[in-house]
Amino acid sequence: MSNAITIISGVFIITGALAIIIGLIGVFRMPDFYTKLHAASVIDTMGTMLIIVGLMLYSGFNLVSVKLLLIMIFILITTPTAAHALAKSALHGGLEPVLNKNKS
Amino acid sequence: MLDRNKCYHIASLFISLAILWLLLSGHYTLLITSLGLLSVLFVTLISLRMNLLPFDQPETFFRFMKYIPYGFWLVLEILKSNIDVCKRILNPRLPISPRWVTIKASQNSEFAKIVYANSITLTPGTISIDVEDENIDVHALSDIGVEGLEAGDMDKKVSQAEQAYV
Repeated sequence: MSNAITIISGVFIITGALAIIIGLIGVFRMPDFYTKLHAASVIDTMGTMLIIVGLMLYSGFNLVSVKLLLIMIFILITTPTAAHALAKSALHGGLEPVLNKNKS
Repeated sequence: MLDRNKCYHIASLFISLAILWLLLSGHYTLLITSLGLLSVLFVTLISLRMNLLPFDQPETFFRFMKYIPYGFWLVLEILKSNIDVCKRILNPRLPISPRWVTIKASQNSEFAKIVYANSITLTPGTISIDVEDENIDVHALSDIGVEGLEAGDMDKKVSQAEQAYV
């Protein structure tokens, strides 16, 4: 039983690591600052959420998993604020977004 | 001086700080617990002195509690749009069409507007840049994200959560 939970948590952690790698690839591939932010938010949300859920499953139901849950909640509150601050200050600094470069 | 509303707010701050301390410490010997109790009391007194408690707000126990069902719905939305953005990143042709749109926010309170704007930013593919009165300026990565926002599902869900009574 505990073996199965270990495997499931490993799957979660590996998927989270893959999400972080995809987000990094996106940060390098995107054309301008604002679209790079979109790629970075994949890391913030999916990467951290999957890794923390995996660690919570691994640690079982105790104080450590409560702390991990608190960490996840604070990350989910602070990262959109940081992304918003970056985007707004970039716009305020006069960086024009590239719009509709190639139609999809 | 100490009417019912003030007592209520002080007690709720004290209780939530004490619960947070108990969850984070994990040590339950007499000495450590009494030190924790002292620090909780000290923090309550300091925030009382700094006028940090929202005495003008009505007595709703843990205002954010009513957003918890919305949070679960939001996690599902985040996963869906994450998969979409990941596909776009890994596609060799990089099929993005960045757009700049203005979205209506139908919430009444400031707090609900903050929740809505932060939810837009938290969802990959859309970032809220500016909030003015009832309009939110959004930078979107693709047309799909814009369509999802203009359909107004998230707006409705936040408004419902705002009006829910706990």
